[in-house]
Amino acid sequence: MDVLLNLTVNGLATGCLIFLLAAGLTLIFGLMDVLNFSHGALFAWGAYTGAWIYTQSGSFLAGIAGAVLAGVLLGFLLERFIVQPVYGDHIQQILITLGVLLVLGEMLKVFYGPNQISVEPPDYLEQSWVVNGVILIKYRLFVIVIGVLVFAGVQYMLQHTRLGLVIRAGVMNREMVEVLGFNIKKVFLSVFMLGSGMAALGGVLFAPYSGVIHAEIAMDYGILAFIVVVIGGMGSVAGSALAAVLVGLLGAYMAYYVPSAALAANMLLMVGILMFRPRGLLGGRG
Amino acid sequence: MTTLLQVEQIETYIGQYYILQGVSLEVRQGEITVLLGRNGAGKTTTLRSLMALNPISKGRITYKGEEIHNLATYEIARRGIGYVPEDQGVFPALTVEENLKLAMQNTDAATLERRDWILNLFPDLKTFWKKQAGVLSGGQKQMLAIARAYVNDNELLLVDEPSKGLAPIMVEKVMRSLEEMKQKVTVVLVEQNFFMASSIGDRFYIMDDGMTVLDGQMSELAADERLRKEYLGIA
Repeated sequence: MDVLLNLTVNGLATGCLIFLLAAGLTLIFGLMDVLNFSHGALFAWGAYTGAWIYTQSGSFLAGIAGAVLAGVLLGFLLERFIVQPVYGDHIQQILITLGVLLVLGEMLKVFYGPNQISVEPPDYLEQSWVVNGVILIKYRLFVIVIGVLVFAGVQYMLQHTRLGLVIRAGVMNREMVEVLGFNIKKVFLSVFMLGSGMAALGGVLFAPYSGVIHAEIAMDYGILAFIVVVIGGMGSVAGSALAAVLVGLLGAYMAYYVPSAALAANMLLMVGILMFRPRGLLGGRG
Repeated sequence: MTTLLQVEQIETYIGQYYILQGVSLEVRQGEITVLLGRNGAGKTTTLRSLMALNPISKGRITYKGEEIHNLATYEIARRGIGYVPEDQGVFPALTVEENLKLAMQNTDAATLERRDWILNLFPDLKTFWKKQAGVLSGGQKQMLAIARAYVNDNELLLVDEPSKGLAPIMVEKVMRSLEEMKQKVTVVLVEQNFFMASSIGDRFYIMDDGMTVLDGQMSELAADERLRKEYLGIA
């Protein structure tokens, strides 16, 4: 039982990290109809930039802020110069964003070197407690808290602000949003930057969680994010949160109980869910 | 009477298809101008071109004396043109309240007054205020779409086939509401139901093969069986 609870805490923390990555991706697809395969690169750039600032300054919070800022800035550049010219053309979107993923991944090696980098959590997040046999690691709880806060913040923004209303409407009918007097291109840019910032936040939190980072996390986590978005239902933030937690928990359980099947678990989960809910868990609910 | 919208020989391609091949309209303030014509004549594309949803390749569109054909859709909307598309375009997962809230660019007294006026005209919307727009009937969705276009300080409404798919009693209701709104806004109406349209329209334009081929006072067309037969195929 203790093992199961430990795995559950680990799975929830992993799920929160995946959610940070997938939430932006699902909004970008749902609103903008853009298949952004470069999203994983923003996660990786968040991890590296945050780790670098953290190492140089000694402040983990500065690392988080710097990573998010880098993600938002990269998101701005990507939307303006790479994605905007290929709106409405999925094939070109896939090709160009895959290209960006490869280029940004390789640029990490140019800037930070080809070897993996070790990252430790800051001292104040290093402790752990044992409660009824369950080991609670402070950093993992911190990741869960941040994940929950971001989810609550995004849900609040979507449900209670004018921008959120525009985004929810835009997911359903972009043309009508323009007809009502909104500059959809500005909304697209805001969402792209928001999604990119969240991916970078996921990356910077991932670095001490995993202990090591390498450029390949761009591809690995990019694919994982797509799986989560498809399972959750494209365009649904709540669906992505649910799917991310499911994927996180399944990953933790499978790695312990059936390690040989761990790699296939996410794919099997996706196939299983799509057989019964072809639009994903909460697909079509905004 | 002042000309609000002037359309001069516009041409529109959709992909490789040459849809509008020379459409000219003059819409006068305070009137209901009806676009008539058979299916595929280009009526819907004309409204979509006015909103830059299908941008024109040739011609000129002026609204209140200002050229608008080079503007983006949202800029045209902000100049005071509301559009009710053929499929109503309501946001099904948003509530009736949210659909209207989204459309309201201001919350000043004048906008709130317009909202209250339109809600009194369409009391069903008040009944379903907190319900998702997706659960409304076709007629109620049409009311919501019209209310959404009206709630801002729009001087011109472009309304595309509001009677399509509605029960006769609903069609009557929607048409009467447009007639009532005529006191406050100018309307360009695309309508297949000639007898409904003729009961509220002031002027008409008949379109055929992407061109405006005839225009005049609606009362003249209503009285001339030969013209109706020739251009619309109805007696």
